Amino acid sequence: MGLVEKIVRKCRARSPWILLFDTGACNACDIEVAACLTPRYDVERFGVLLKGSPRHADILVVTGPVTRQARDRIIRIYEQMPEPKYVVAAGTCATSGGAYWGCYNTYPGLDSVIPVHAYVSGCPVKPEAVLKAISILVEKIEKGEV
Amino acid sequence: MSFEIPIGPQHPIHVEPIMLRLKVEGELIVDVDVDVSYLHRGIEKGLEVRPYIQGLYLAERICGICNCAHSLCYCLNVEQLLGKEAPPRARYLRLIVEELSRMHSHLLWLGHYFHTLGFETLFMYFWRDRERVMDMLELITGNRVTTAYNTIGGVRRDLPQEAEAKLRRALDYLEERMKYYEKVVDGEPTILARTQGVGVLKSSEAISLGTVGPHLRASGIRHDVRLDDPYSGHDEVPFNVVTHDGCDCYARVKVRLGEVVESINMIRYALDHLPSGEYRLKIPPLFKAPEGESLARVEAPRGELVHYSISNGGTNPYRYKVRTPTLANIFSVVYMLKSRGDREVYIADVPPILGGIDPCICCTARVLVTDEARRKRRILTLTDLRKYSQGGRRVRG
Repeated sequence: MGLVEKIVRKCRARSPWILLFDTGACNACDIEVAACLTPRYDVERFGVLLKGSPRHADILVVTGPVTRQARDRIIRIYEQMPEPKYVVAAGTCATSGGAYWGCYNTYPGLDSVIPVHAYVSGCPVKPEAVLKAISILVEKIEKGEV
Repeated sequence: MSFEIPIGPQHPIHVEPIMLRLKVEGELIVDVDVDVSYLHRGIEKGLEVRPYIQGLYLAERICGICNCAHSLCYCLNVEQLLGKEAPPRARYLRLIVEELSRMHSHLLWLGHYFHTLGFETLFMYFWRDRERVMDMLELITGNRVTTAYNTIGGVRRDLPQEAEAKLRRALDYLEERMKYYEKVVDGEPTILARTQGVGVLKSSEAISLGTVGPHLRASGIRHDVRLDDPYSGHDEVPFNVVTHDGCDCYARVKVRLGEVVESINMIRYALDHLPSGEYRLKIPPLFKAPEGESLARVEAPRGELVHYSISNGGTNPYRYKVRTPTLANIFSVVYMLKSRGDREVYIADVPPILGGIDPCICCTARVLVTDEARRKRRILTLTDLRKYSQGGRRVRG
């Protein structure tokens, strides 16, 4: 690993900007991920910022089982993100379909649609769990393991 | 010359996928089309293939924010089918948790609303205070957001011993904070400029468009399911219905601020007069409901929520229908976004107007097939849907 790449990785790990997208969640995971940004949990101390556009984002946080309508959208958003990109599946639904297992309009989990780098369990996820997932992912990005 | 501007389904002003197609002439909006189909998951069908007790788990997940209202409405509905009623203590405990959940929903909305207006400091303040409510919910129910507190025939657990004192302390703190927020909202020129006279919906229009909840009360109509059709001890606990005659976005903010204060007072009264005795009926987990139909109404944080079910004597409902408040309110958004006569609506007014109804798309999602490439769209009929759900084949737009 050259010196330049070392510096690039270090910088990348200091400012992981995230994009939150809801592919069919009941909102509970959304508000818990949003709660991470607020004073009590304050994920911004890790350099994380919530961005509005996929073109600015490094990490895509997806909540909810993927509905048939949202499937094309999530693929398009994933393709719009610049490399290197990472995906976090937040909540039981995004991990495996969760409570909506067997419903006719949902896919069983996000990894059947796009590649996923980290899973967070919980229905809904706890903000602490999201913090932990992001910090582990950032650590791995710095070491070059993902 | 008019242009079409799509907003969503992924957009910074709203986390949930909703698609607005705005037709604009310059800055003026002349036509609007709303698409709320991105979150359709097939929950009504899902409820029909699950036994009643498992359906409760799914019904809570129709909407994460108003999960208490959904689970309460589901339980009232099933209890009505069974001809049973929750014991008095359970009714009061349900009321306490429902009001706590209303407070959390309103504080969340207020914070998010000022975030969409670009007032980040107030967003952080509201969400910081909301954490106190979340702590109380966690203490009483064991969960922060999806509480899983209501169950068929009562509530799942009694009030913990240390909860009452902590709850009272949190309520005192929140009451003080709400006074401060009233002052900020009344005196801050930025807020007044962005909300006063924006998204006007007169009383007569609000009624004819079928709006519900705080959105209707902000148009000066005194309508509240808790008052009109008391369902869980609301006939015993006194409260005021907060209304405002402003009919604009400012009135919507004021109504929700007032409702948080009302909820604080209701919880205090319920704690003072909490009946003793059983907190749930003993009902076996797998049961058959007698034949018949039932309908339950609950005042969710966003407005009137209706659950309707038909039972044919089996362990599952034969048909289950949910009518959520945002679905009732979304029509008024389309109405308010269109410029008409002397009312001019600009692109910058979209976030305050859309945000003003407290949209919750996860409840609202209905099936609509859109084919982006061919610009064609159609709404599925019942027959299509049935084929779709039975055969599992992909419907083409």
